[in-house]
Amino acid sequence: MGQQSPILSIEHISKEFYGNVVLHDVCFDLKAGEILGLVGENGAGKTTLMRILFGMPVIAETGGYKGKIIIDGKEVNFSNPFDALDAGIGMVHQEFSLLPGFTTTENIVLNRESMKATFLNDIFGDRMSVLDRPDMKKHAEAAITKLGVKLDPDMLISEMPVGHKQFTEIAREINREQTRILVLDEPTAVLTESEAEVLLTALRNLAKLGIAIIFISHRLHEVVSVADRIVVLRDGLAVKDTPVEGVSVRDIASWMVGRSLSADIKQATEKRDFGPEILSVEHLWVDMPGETVRDINFSVRKGEILGFGGLAGQGKLGIPNGIMGLFPSGGKVRLNGKEVPLNEPRKALETGMAFVSEDRRGVGLLLDESLRWNIAFTAMQIQGKYLKPILGKLLTIRDESAMKKLTEEYIEILDIKCTSSSQKAKELSGGNQQKICLAKAFAVQPDLLFVSEPTRGIDVGAKKRVLDTLHKYNREFGMTIVMISSELEELRSICDRIAIVDEGRVAGILPPGAEMAEFGLLMSGEKTLAAQGADRG
Amino acid sequence: MGKFKQFVTDFGLPRIIIFLFLVALFIAAPFVGVRIDASISDVLNRFGQNMLFVLAMVPMIQSGCGLNFGLSIGIIAGLIGSTLSVQFGLLGFLGFFGAVGMAIPFAIVFGWFYGMLLNKVKGEEMTIAMYVGFAGVMFMCIMWLVLPYSAPTMVWGYAGKGLRTTITIEGFYRQVLNEFMAIRIGNSFVFPTGMLLFCAFCAFLMWLFMRTKTGTAMTAVGSNPDYARASGISSDRMRTVSVIISTVLGAVGIVVFQQSYGFIQLYTAPLQMPFAAVAAILIGGASVNKASMVNVLIGAFLFQGLLTMTPSVINSALKTDISEVIRIIVSNGIIIYALTRKMKVAK
Repeated sequence: MGQQSPILSIEHISKEFYGNVVLHDVCFDLKAGEILGLVGENGAGKTTLMRILFGMPVIAETGGYKGKIIIDGKEVNFSNPFDALDAGIGMVHQEFSLLPGFTTTENIVLNRESMKATFLNDIFGDRMSVLDRPDMKKHAEAAITKLGVKLDPDMLISEMPVGHKQFTEIAREINREQTRILVLDEPTAVLTESEAEVLLTALRNLAKLGIAIIFISHRLHEVVSVADRIVVLRDGLAVKDTPVEGVSVRDIASWMVGRSLSADIKQATEKRDFGPEILSVEHLWVDMPGETVRDINFSVRKGEILGFGGLAGQGKLGIPNGIMGLFPSGGKVRLNGKEVPLNEPRKALETGMAFVSEDRRGVGLLLDESLRWNIAFTAMQIQGKYLKPILGKLLTIRDESAMKKLTEEYIEILDIKCTSSSQKAKELSGGNQQKICLAKAFAVQPDLLFVSEPTRGIDVGAKKRVLDTLHKYNREFGMTIVMISSELEELRSICDRIAIVDEGRVAGILPPGAEMAEFGLLMSGEKTLAAQGADRG
Repeated sequence: MGKFKQFVTDFGLPRIIIFLFLVALFIAAPFVGVRIDASISDVLNRFGQNMLFVLAMVPMIQSGCGLNFGLSIGIIAGLIGSTLSVQFGLLGFLGFFGAVGMAIPFAIVFGWFYGMLLNKVKGEEMTIAMYVGFAGVMFMCIMWLVLPYSAPTMVWGYAGKGLRTTITIEGFYRQVLNEFMAIRIGNSFVFPTGMLLFCAFCAFLMWLFMRTKTGTAMTAVGSNPDYARASGISSDRMRTVSVIISTVLGAVGIVVFQQSYGFIQLYTAPLQMPFAAVAAILIGGASVNKASMVNVLIGAFLFQGLLTMTPSVINSALKTDISEVIRIIVSNGIIIYALTRKMKVAK
């Protein structure tokens, strides 16, 4: 390729939301058949940039943008996504936009179905045409083949694994004849690593067919392996635009955060003394859809950080959700020798445990309330903190000033980026929301803290801050932590022991210094650990 | 200019339009022969009569149960209390507080059942609530006839049993709050101090309650039930509490209404009352899941102002009585407008 003129140019794009500069003078080009990796921390402006490109109404509603988008040498200004589609831009969103009750084929050709004329057409016109199903299927199969994946064209979306849904979504975009630019926003976030690998291969196939691809991902090793060029956004600025050759994951990570990442916390060699057993779990079962726990036994000693790893769907997430009473469960759980009643969230909290849920937006936050509420709420309800008596102790009401003080303390400690403690939680970026969830759990001052997927979907900088904070609370306040994570690297960087969960049971417990291959053996199946190996750079 | 724009967005364009319309009505009033002082007195009076109904919307909105279209359940409890008070011959303040005191236990029991029902139909609360309200009113139409009331002021004269549709409370507790410390200016202006103080006191209690631990938990349940559950809150319990409080306020509200209005209205009278309260709180700027005291005050004032002024001014202008028609068009029109607009915002 090399010399041909760019198919898409982004020139000097700036955008602000309510006086908050999100993008500042961003420029880059995209050529046909090129895969551009767009990376950046959460809140760096990637999603906003793509929204501008795709003509999302939210951009115009918030005051439009400055700069130019040039496609094939002509300046364009999309007022809605349909214009963008007509111009040949296809977008695969973070959230699935598929019809669950429809088959793969129907979803792929939706609104572009092949039609067959019937006699009614003569009377009522084209609206009376019927679907030409064989032809639709042919189109869908063509798109699937182009993608180079295996998909059953007759399967219902609702019955598919997530990976297939993602493929369907991409197939839909490339089925459009004129699609020349494909934008994928975090396409691999919900995929397992083997599925992600298939997806990446599919993207390379598409690029060979001359489709230009913008690939947005937090998984840097994927970006390195698939992209031809990388653009790094940081705080709304395009800080780096470079071919991928010779660039390592570590380089990208340091461009993204703007400081060189200190080496992972190495503690494998560190000798640590733990207190007596604080939590013991016997024959725990949890009925959590998609994460069933069958028979788990383990114990945690005071001051320890225990990690749970394993593949998605094997039940590691069910453990904290079951113990904290959020899903039906059974078995014996003892905290400090006292039995914890199951299926009662309140009792679990009262015994001195706290939980940072993996479902940040669903369970972790009051999106419509202030940060103060979000952080102080659990402590207030369970321990009666942040309340003050009035009318001569007749009544106790919220102590707003104490809540404000508490929140500001945590904003300081955790470096939460927000305008004030009364900002609404939904206005924060993912990483900062995660910090709020942590602050909520810390405010309860638990003896034992469960953290579930604390770094899912957040950027490198926030990730490091979250892990450092957990580490600090463990070392300085002796907080016992049980951490559940899909990222083995992360577990290895801070845990004292790592248990691998497979099919709802503990397959084995390893020290963090153990060989990668040993972890791999414990997680059953033919999973390759090469990808995670790449992460270490 | 920027400041003005900010004010418009904060206060809400519809509220400003309604407010300006209200001002225009007041300006127009003297020209068609409607006395301003009487009108203002009227607006204040109706504001006091209805404010508690509007206030009753707040807890259920906050706990995520939506607008209480079944407020009639509370009103029925209030009617039971007030008829009992008259039956026992309680007079003056004793009559009023007797009615309130006897209504509250009924309201708590009714509210508890009503709340349990709403917990079983999550997501459809507003529709179900409306039918519960209608069904309750109709059921009581039978009960008012068969319950063994015997006070001569209340029962049908010819049969000696069965309650009348409209019962005067002249001599019982009519105007006890209105007249308490009332301020009179001229012949036709009365400031109903007692009633407004009572309303303010109730609003203050509600304001306090929303700041207690339980009130906070209630708001959290409305905001994100899963979050509340993970923090050890039983969302069903909080929702039931909110329904009970709403029902109790409805019961107290109708007694306040009666003492000002002068009559107990039975049978189908409570049927339409929830709608006015719903319209008022929506005008006040509340949404289906967030409401504040400011919404209550502004809403009750604007809506009742509109309801008082529109018919009187327009009737005088057109020289014909279409007040009831206008009243229905205005209140239901506002509900439709507010609900559709709120849905759009919620998305």
